[in-house]
Amino acid sequence: MTEQVRLTVNGVPHEISVEPRQLLVHALREDLNLTGTHVGCDTSQCGACTVHLDGAAVKSCTVLAVQADGGSVRTIEGMAPESGLDALQNAFWQKHGLQCGFCTPGMIMVASDLLARNPDPTDDEIRHGIEGNLCRCTGYQNIVAAIREAASTLRAGAAAPVGAHD
Amino acid sequence: MTSDVMGASIKRVEDPRFITGKGRYLDDIKLAGMTYMSILRSPYAHANIRSIDTSKAGAMPGVVLVLTGADIPYNPLPMAWPAGGSSGVVNNINMPRVLATEGVKWTGEGVAAVIAETAAQAVDALDAIVVDWEPLPVVVDAEKATQAGAPQLHENAPNNVVFNWTVGDKAGTDAAVDAAEVVVRQRVVNQRLIPNPMEVRGDIGVFNPGTDEYTIWMSSQTPHIQRLLLAAFVMGIPETKIRCISPDVGGAFGSKIFCYADMALCLFASKALNGRPVKWVETRRENYQSTIHGRDHITYLEIAGTRQGEITGLRVKTFANLGGRLSTIGPGIPTTLYGRVLSGCYKIPNVYCEVTGVYTNTTFVDAYRGAGRPEAAYVIERAMDLFADEIGLDPAEIRRRNFIAPDAFPYDNPSGLGTAVNGEKIYIDSGNYEPAMDLALKTVGYASLDKAKTDARARGKYLGLGLSTYIEVCGVAPSKWIGAVGEGWGAAMWESANLKVHLTGKVVLTMGTQPQGQGHETTYSQIIASELGLPMEDVIVQHSDTQGTPFGYGSYGSRTSSVGGTAAVKAAGKVREKARQYAAHMLEASVDDIEVVGAEYRVKGSPEKKKTLQEIAFALDLGFSLPAGMEPYLDETAYYDTPNCTWPFGTHIAIVEIDEETGKVDLVRYVAVDDVGKKINPMIVDGQLHGGIAQGVGQALWEGAVYSDEGQLLSGSMLDYALPRASWFPNFELGETVTPSPVNPLGVKGVGEAGAIASTAAVANAVMDALSPFGIRHLDMPYTAPKVWRAMHDKEARS
Repeated sequence: MTEQVRLTVNGVPHEISVEPRQLLVHALREDLNLTGTHVGCDTSQCGACTVHLDGAAVKSCTVLAVQADGGSVRTIEGMAPESGLDALQNAFWQKHGLQCGFCTPGMIMVASDLLARNPDPTDDEIRHGIEGNLCRCTGYQNIVAAIREAASTLRAGAAAPVGAHD
Repeated sequence: MTSDVMGASIKRVEDPRFITGKGRYLDDIKLAGMTYMSILRSPYAHANIRSIDTSKAGAMPGVVLVLTGADIPYNPLPMAWPAGGSSGVVNNINMPRVLATEGVKWTGEGVAAVIAETAAQAVDALDAIVVDWEPLPVVVDAEKATQAGAPQLHENAPNNVVFNWTVGDKAGTDAAVDAAEVVVRQRVVNQRLIPNPMEVRGDIGVFNPGTDEYTIWMSSQTPHIQRLLLAAFVMGIPETKIRCISPDVGGAFGSKIFCYADMALCLFASKALNGRPVKWVETRRENYQSTIHGRDHITYLEIAGTRQGEITGLRVKTFANLGGRLSTIGPGIPTTLYGRVLSGCYKIPNVYCEVTGVYTNTTFVDAYRGAGRPEAAYVIERAMDLFADEIGLDPAEIRRRNFIAPDAFPYDNPSGLGTAVNGEKIYIDSGNYEPAMDLALKTVGYASLDKAKTDARARGKYLGLGLSTYIEVCGVAPSKWIGAVGEGWGAAMWESANLKVHLTGKVVLTMGTQPQGQGHETTYSQIIASELGLPMEDVIVQHSDTQGTPFGYGSYGSRTSSVGGTAAVKAAGKVREKARQYAAHMLEASVDDIEVVGAEYRVKGSPEKKKTLQEIAFALDLGFSLPAGMEPYLDETAYYDTPNCTWPFGTHIAIVEIDEETGKVDLVRYVAVDDVGKKINPMIVDGQLHGGIAQGVGQALWEGAVYSDEGQLLSGSMLDYALPRASWFPNFELGETVTPSPVNPLGVKGVGEAGAIASTAAVANAVMDALSPFGIRHLDMPYTAPKVWRAMHDKEARS
């Protein structure tokens, strides 16, 4: 038994057939081949699967694909503008905010949501803002530095981060 | 060498694909006709299998194959590093089979597998397999497992002993302890940890029925070694019949070094399915149950010395829990990489260590970041603090009085690094420990510690400061040492590099090492760009595929920059020399008259007469005009076997505050001064230190794998295992001293493990310092709030 689900992902409309138990993360990865969204655990602890659903960060392993029917999803593949990188992607690169890169898409998506709500966070607010996302490589220090840097860039440019709350 | 490349914090060339979601990890790979495998794992920690009925599962929708152990003719997984190797130590070896046949030794051991058209169908069908179990008595504690009456796991291992291994001078150490003015004794537990790379493990196996060849994609640190182990030892075929590929690896920390049953299972299943690809990706729960764990030592330490603080002896007895069966190099970790470096950076004349490796009904234990050396650093650094406390000496002062002096190198460590095949000693080659400690003490404001403690009391906090003056052995390892001591892969440990300068002048460096997040593509590019005088963007680094890369032993043990990096330097040197010879031919000059300046090969005294590397490569590739005896093409391979290990050191200082009402421990400052030799890319070095420190702090404060007495893994998911989060850490303050390694031309030592080796003891010592007003001498980690609060309020809870 399958259900039809309509999703707009990174601005592109899709209609897919899914089992009712299919998770959004698997719909993205398996049906739409958007493998930048990762699965790191099975208990919604790690945040590697974080995407934006209707403008807010969600862990796509805790959303059924059928729940997202009619919704608008943005994934890491939809973060960069036509040419170049968005402020967060660039800051993660500049500040060495990643090592193995596996948690990075989720970190960027949750940070984007954080900066949309709080454009000038303190380090402490950044650390609490991303604590639903686990990283085992960096000790978080350069992730915090990258988000602080991106916040500064975005404030200077007065541009909202791509993706969040759009 | 162009100095603007080496030693510069250059942005990583790997990052663009990762920050845009275009990394290619194992689970991102899809092949035509792919099937999906799921493994049925034992719910019991110790049980016999009376029977397995797979008939219903085989009839489930989408199922194409069901396998049990009886179907698999392969050998058990290989033991590559028995304790003591050739030294006469008896190892009672029991290795996992690809699927268990007669019985299981831990919860999570694989007993059957389903391969289906979809991953969900494979999981669904597992529920239809019926196993008739005969549960058996269970033991999970290594010390208890060796005692009379304990449940027995294996017939060939009486009292569950894998081995009894010793190192050092027993008689001398016994005498030193007996004669000492002061002896401090303590039982310390180094608890079991779960490595937790963010990407779990997985494999895709493909058999080619046309050629009888196998290809396996694996999330692994060691594709070359896995090809050898799977082919020659498990499957019984030539290694030329297997190709191993590691795509982007999402962290590893040791856990992806090893040969796992699922690798062979995917290959067997693909052959049974006439070549359909078989993908298996573990769940996080499976990762916790059936990928290796780390640490898990119970240690009785005795440290002896004078009332003035001169340490004269160290005697250690350790029970090392190795799990229900052995992992690939499990016995090597608590022996060679632990007992041989127990005395750390201290000049202790008498050291003796006895290690008993033990089977228990738990997941197998093997190398986790630091692998043996964090356990050793924890023992010696806790011991130094305990001794200082006993004689009323400052913890910094006792270290100062016992450091190996800077003029005492090369230092022959009494716990026995061993003698190489040719009689050459393996020694600690260099170090200068006091400046690193002084810098750390100055940075942290050690002189005003008492005031900080008083101020904290006014806020309802107990403040404590802990020191860890670690050294580590890394850059493993000279093959002559491994061969002589008989402690190692049972193979060599050199590395390889192939360097090709293509016709266009673009350069490809192909390595036998295997990155997992360390940025090898960047640092190797820096080395080659510097050696050949080229822009970094002209250098491409390839790795991770046994087809097309020279053999390499892989990346672990902080060895890639020192061993692999030196192989790359050597390959560049060969390229430069051939280019110089050909430049002489092109310029009609004598070879001795050609000087190399960056990428230009000039005639000395006539700088206008020159050829660039690109021009030389072009002409050498065409080969229209070659001097007698010279082969066309600029393509050189180098192998490097290091003459000695490398010895990073440093001082880490943690400051913690403990809440008087709740017992909650907060890490409020962390200062690390590390000497890792020269740095190829300081930004990457700092990142490695950050991550290592966080993992070590995690052990001290939060992490721990917990088994029930029945052998159930209670910390069996990320909900239950306290993996550190961003808000739990302060910013780490890093400093450095630089003592170049004399071992290799880069002067590098390695940094992947340093943070994890140093930080656990620093935090533990800080917590004990904070609790000293309560008369608490020692608590075992992790220092959770309930444990600390109970110790503050209940004398019985203290050790």
